[in-house]
Amino acid sequence: MSPAVFPSRSVASRLTTLFWRHPRLLLGLLLAPPLLWLGLVYLGALAALLLQSFYSIDDFSGLIVPELTLKTYAQLFRPSNFDVITRTLLMALSVTVASGVIAFPVAYYAARFARGRWKAAFYLGVMLPLWSSYLVKVYAWKLILAKEGIVTWAATATHTDWLLDAALSLPGIGGSSLSTSYIGTFLVFCYVWLPYMILPMQAALERVPTSMLEASADLGATAGQTFRTVTLPLALPGIIAGSIFTFSLTLGDYIIPQIIGNSASFIGMAVYQLQGTAGNVPLAAAFAVVPILIMLVYLTLARRAGAFDAL
Amino acid sequence: MSPAVEFRAVSRHFGPVKAVDAVDLTIAEGAFFAMLGPSGSGKTTCLRLISGFEQPSYGQIRIFGEDVSAVPPHLRNVNTVFQDYALFPHMNVRDNVAYGLMVKGMGRAARHAKAEAMLDLVKLDGYGGRKPAQLSGGQRQRVALARALVGEPRVLLLDEPLGALDLKLREAMQDELKSLQRRLGITFVFVTHDQGEALSMADSLAVFHNGKIAQIGTPSQIYTQPATRFVADFVGSSNLLPPALTASLGGPPKWSSLRPEALHLAQSAAPGPALTGTVQGQRYLGLGTRVTLAVQGTEIAAFLPAGTQVPPEGAPITLTFAPAALHVIDAE
Repeated sequence: MSPAVFPSRSVASRLTTLFWRHPRLLLGLLLAPPLLWLGLVYLGALAALLLQSFYSIDDFSGLIVPELTLKTYAQLFRPSNFDVITRTLLMALSVTVASGVIAFPVAYYAARFARGRWKAAFYLGVMLPLWSSYLVKVYAWKLILAKEGIVTWAATATHTDWLLDAALSLPGIGGSSLSTSYIGTFLVFCYVWLPYMILPMQAALERVPTSMLEASADLGATAGQTFRTVTLPLALPGIIAGSIFTFSLTLGDYIIPQIIGNSASFIGMAVYQLQGTAGNVPLAAAFAVVPILIMLVYLTLARRAGAFDAL
Repeated sequence: MSPAVEFRAVSRHFGPVKAVDAVDLTIAEGAFFAMLGPSGSGKTTCLRLISGFEQPSYGQIRIFGEDVSAVPPHLRNVNTVFQDYALFPHMNVRDNVAYGLMVKGMGRAARHAKAEAMLDLVKLDGYGGRKPAQLSGGQRQRVALARALVGEPRVLLLDEPLGALDLKLREAMQDELKSLQRRLGITFVFVTHDQGEALSMADSLAVFHNGKIAQIGTPSQIYTQPATRFVADFVGSSNLLPPALTASLGGPPKWSSLRPEALHLAQSAAPGPALTGTVQGQRYLGLGTRVTLAVQGTEIAAFLPAGTQVPPEGAPITLTFAPAALHVIDAE
């Protein structure tokens, strides 16, 4: 008798064969846990949040009335609440724009010119701050920006304290010191979210081939024209991705404005206080829906502008 | 009249690497000039020196007599067809072609009309609204060509323009490029590592080797009278005969080259020089058979046209050739 063509098989080998014959089975098994997590826990929580925002609170007893109403949303338009929303929105916008302006040259350098050791230094430099606790960084910044802090000291030492004083005396955003003004809140937001802007930007710029920039110059475009008509449109998906991070993270943060700034309320702080001490879960939920709506509007506008055409 | 492009002792060094080493070069206006060489021989760097994406470490480059050392790429009246075409993915074909006109400030209607006319020329009329991703490789190549030509450059540079195309399309594009060049009268400078392409398309060509030009000449000069052993070997895979073998065939004691197709199966008692050995291998090529044999330790290849009775492997074989076919290489 001739030897068997196919050797006898172990259980593992049979399992491999089963997956080989039914590739979708393996895919299904691999995807089931994350889909359950995302579907049930994440989307479920989001649905519960949305539902809560349509409930209202009985002013008298302080109990939640589980009847669908738009009353809670109407409360958002009260001047005190609406101020919180516009304040947060303006802060998120300015943080996003500033992060973009600071991040672009860094990302551009890393994508175009950094090689080998310098590239490693870039990644380390951008990621290193993410290794330490967010709270530690925020408190460190409080010390840096305090009236007795290093910024004031450095400004005095270099005789530029008039500049610092001028900034702090600006109406609306100034204050008694950097750590108790909107300027301080803005600076810390920019610092903390900057890596989230740099990394997607760098990834997007890396995908723009050098030959495309050369082609543009070859056809007679100046550096500025190449930037506007080729680099920027091609890097736009990355810029949008980065801005989604900085924008939504600022919209939802409730720690930085609590520690640094003039203790004016932001959306995150409002949610935190309303669902905690105030026990007004419906209004907290309605506040929490605001950033989601803003992000939806933002993404729609970005799509209209063709930000994702190059994807 | 000054030549289209002139290199005067141009070098481009990258650290210790001499990518281009003291190159002198003159390209006449209206020529179809090829830069041929293996990868790393400096031909692409030379092209980039003309377009301005590299600057010479030493020497001077003149375009139509004008020293261009202080002229950045966007101000040179020279356009490039890039190896990967480098079409802008976020613009449609029409806007890609019109790009050069747009950055120079031409109005939308005028530049679109010119772009459409150029698309007509490269036989892509009606494709203006498509995105580059919706085109085939050959079509993209034509768009790149149209985009480079629309600004009416005086010199067109082509970097391995046909490298990414399959054989059939490549041959069709070779004919098309050639006729386009003749119609437009623009100087074409193209870089290739494909010697067949260089020989069939160029009016004159330069063979690059280790950052230097090994030989400049017309295709037939390069093919029949290679100046160095490298050129003989690289262009047309010639047989290189060492000095002793050359001498035994009646030549001077120097290296020489002998084209495979110059060898014929010996008829009985044919006069003239002859090579004798045993058949080591044969490869059927359709048009004929390539036979290899060993003669005094040197491998010799012969191309025998179809219809020749080729002796089997291991059999003795004698090949003859016209004495003039033996080209003695004077240079070292």
